[in-house]
Amino acid sequence: MSAWSQSLDNPVSERLRDPATTGYVALGLGAFAAFLAIPPIEARSPAWPVAVGIVAIALGIWTATRGRRKLGYGAVVAGLLGIGLGILATRSGTGNLETAFDATLIDQTFGLATPLVFGAIAGMFSERSGVINIGLEGMMLMGAFFGVYGSDKGGSWVVGLLIGMASGGLLALVYAFFAIHLRSDQIVGGTAVNFLAVGITGYFFQLVYNGQVSGNVSTVPNVHISGLGNFLESSIGNLSLLTWASFALVILAYIVLFKTPIGLRIRACGEHPRAADTVGINVYVIRYCCVVLSGLLVAIGGVYLSLGPQGNGTFIFDMTSGKGFIALAAMIFGNWRPAGAFAAALLFGFSNALALKLQVYSPQASTLFAILPYVLTLVAVAGVIGRTVAPAADGKPYAKQ
Amino acid sequence: MSEPKKDLVESPEQAAETGTLAARLSLGQRAGGIAVPIVTVVLAFLLGGLVVLATGHNPLLAYRDIFDGAGLNWIFHPTTSTQALSAYNLTQTLLQSTTLIFTGLAVAFAFRCGMFNIGGEGQYIVGLVVANWIGVNFAGMSTLPHVLIAIIGATLAGAAWAGIAGVLKATTGAHEVISTIMLNWIAIYTATWLFGAGGPLQTTAPGQSTNPVSSDIAHTAELPVIWGAKGFQGLDIGFFIAIAALVVFWALINRTTLGFEVRAVGFNPDAAAYGGINVKKNLIRAMAISGAFAGLGGAVDMLGYLYHYGSLDVQNSAAGGVGFIGIAVALLGRNTAVGVFLGSLLFGGLIYGTTQGLSSSVIQPELASNVTLIIEGLVVLFIGADLLILYVWNSRKRLRRQPPAQAPAKATA
Repeated sequence: MSAWSQSLDNPVSERLRDPATTGYVALGLGAFAAFLAIPPIEARSPAWPVAVGIVAIALGIWTATRGRRKLGYGAVVAGLLGIGLGILATRSGTGNLETAFDATLIDQTFGLATPLVFGAIAGMFSERSGVINIGLEGMMLMGAFFGVYGSDKGGSWVVGLLIGMASGGLLALVYAFFAIHLRSDQIVGGTAVNFLAVGITGYFFQLVYNGQVSGNVSTVPNVHISGLGNFLESSIGNLSLLTWASFALVILAYIVLFKTPIGLRIRACGEHPRAADTVGINVYVIRYCCVVLSGLLVAIGGVYLSLGPQGNGTFIFDMTSGKGFIALAAMIFGNWRPAGAFAAALLFGFSNALALKLQVYSPQASTLFAILPYVLTLVAVAGVIGRTVAPAADGKPYAKQ
Repeated sequence: MSEPKKDLVESPEQAAETGTLAARLSLGQRAGGIAVPIVTVVLAFLLGGLVVLATGHNPLLAYRDIFDGAGLNWIFHPTTSTQALSAYNLTQTLLQSTTLIFTGLAVAFAFRCGMFNIGGEGQYIVGLVVANWIGVNFAGMSTLPHVLIAIIGATLAGAAWAGIAGVLKATTGAHEVISTIMLNWIAIYTATWLFGAGGPLQTTAPGQSTNPVSSDIAHTAELPVIWGAKGFQGLDIGFFIAIAALVVFWALINRTTLGFEVRAVGFNPDAAAYGGINVKKNLIRAMAISGAFAGLGGAVDMLGYLYHYGSLDVQNSAAGGVGFIGIAVALLGRNTAVGVFLGSLLFGGLIYGTTQGLSSSVIQPELASNVTLIIEGLVVLFIGADLLILYVWNSRKRLRRQPPAQAPAKATA
């Protein structure tokens, strides 16, 4: 299989895909988001300005990761301002929406984004080395179940984290053997991994826990920060330890991938494995390490799901329900770059948090925000508003001569 | 390499490396033929049995109970009375297989054009939704036109849904795997909302305003049941529609210009373009036909025995739903009509035999249904590893034909 986006000759006008165009469109949308909230349009619910603002931010991230940084970040700020103004303008009118747009929204955004960040960074390591990892979903699920299992049997969330990571890494190792050594089709292999993970976790969940969650296991602690003031304290004062770890991981991933010789080797394997082989890099070893690392990292995201503040020590059948795929989408949206993937994961997390909060008031708006990440990614891979630049050898098995 | 001669004759391994997905799959097909899928299934069952054994159950007894659960013991005591458990179980297995034939064909057709349609689930759901909408409304029509309109509408909707991915691939080069995954989730969330409380397609029956389920379709839109009772999920004529779809698939692929072009693009898009075939048109066309099969499947299920669908059903189907099992069916069936038929019977039996059909003292359904998932995963994993298959196949041939040395070294395997 070829890379995510193929170089078929492209009839969509170059100008449309120019980062400058997308940047200015994003700026315009940001302004439009704010405009929606004030007279004469005066949208009753803040849903519309927020939706438009999210699109503006998405375009901004897009622009920034594709060359026009200042313009892109400007658009992100414009989108944020648009959302903020939109909320402020409509907030005074409708009472019950106040509960939707408060500091806990930020807390939830970070919380929901955490597994996506781990997944996106994990996928990035794998794909930067030239192996498409569509099995992220399955590996995350392994982490979620075996995290609970380890925490229950080992008595501590640390044991759960380690066993969860090991299970994800093990499944990744099996996948790596098939994808790298046997050169099987990577998308077929990844699909198989997803099946296997649902089956294996479901089987042991039934066998060990009889399909019932124990609940009373040690969970990952939250980091309490006090003395920040009311707003900050309720937004970032009580985040999970793993959420903070995910922030650190983004920085670490950037340094490793782009500032160290190892990162250069990884990227070389993803862009031109033959050339990398010629200069003495062992492509197989690099790819094996990256895929296994990817399994380990995405499994932390899974552990967060079950042992973090949302799961709180519980596991349910097929717990990830597509989060691995959104992580994959965040990685592609962020153009295979740590900062971009992080921003996309936060955006998707925000969209998710809004969907949850709005469920009570308006199912329609809730669906809108649940679907938004997928629509944005669809538009993104279509390359209508820019170009995804996958590593050149992504998805191509490498055979030594 | 030490053997320069090797470059002159391309080895199967080299061809496998460089070819497109369709070319690679076809290669696997030539090497080993029917033996490979059978060995794969046996191997997957063995490994699944090992899991059962390792956790303290007798795998042989478990498989026997699953066999009975799928209603296959009917073969030994044939009866047309659906009062008999075996006959009832068999009808349910066939119903499950019907769905899998459609989703399997959807995956197989795209494979033939070198594309991976991972979005069978979404296309199937779109088919369900449209069939439900047409089935509920337009009441007062006579049966035949109502059924036809519902089926055609759902088929076209499935084609359009998959066509989005095809158009994106042809015009912008967006990879169909990512776009179909995204379309899956968009379909799932949209259907959840449509059937959900307050949604446009939610049931209007009194006292049901919080029940996230759609209305029942009108009686005029229901397909006739041929075996079993209508209220108890009897086998409907949808099974024969599925058989007809298999024939259409075979004829389209093997006996029409369209099929020839699709296969040519699948083997090598560049060569096909050089031969004057419009590659982009064929990518879109193949994807749309692929989606049409899945959409038709949704219509047949809705009109055949579901009659209504709920938000929770949609959510549950998101995990390893029929669209995904279609991938296993198509891969196991080597993307041929006969293969898809056999594959869907196998997985249809496995799925029903390990869930509702299973009444066993050896292994409970909750456990057994996960063994099915593991077997599905293993089948897909092994089938995808064509190199492994080729290696085993070639070494077998080498043993047979050239007992002495001089066997070409397969260093890369």
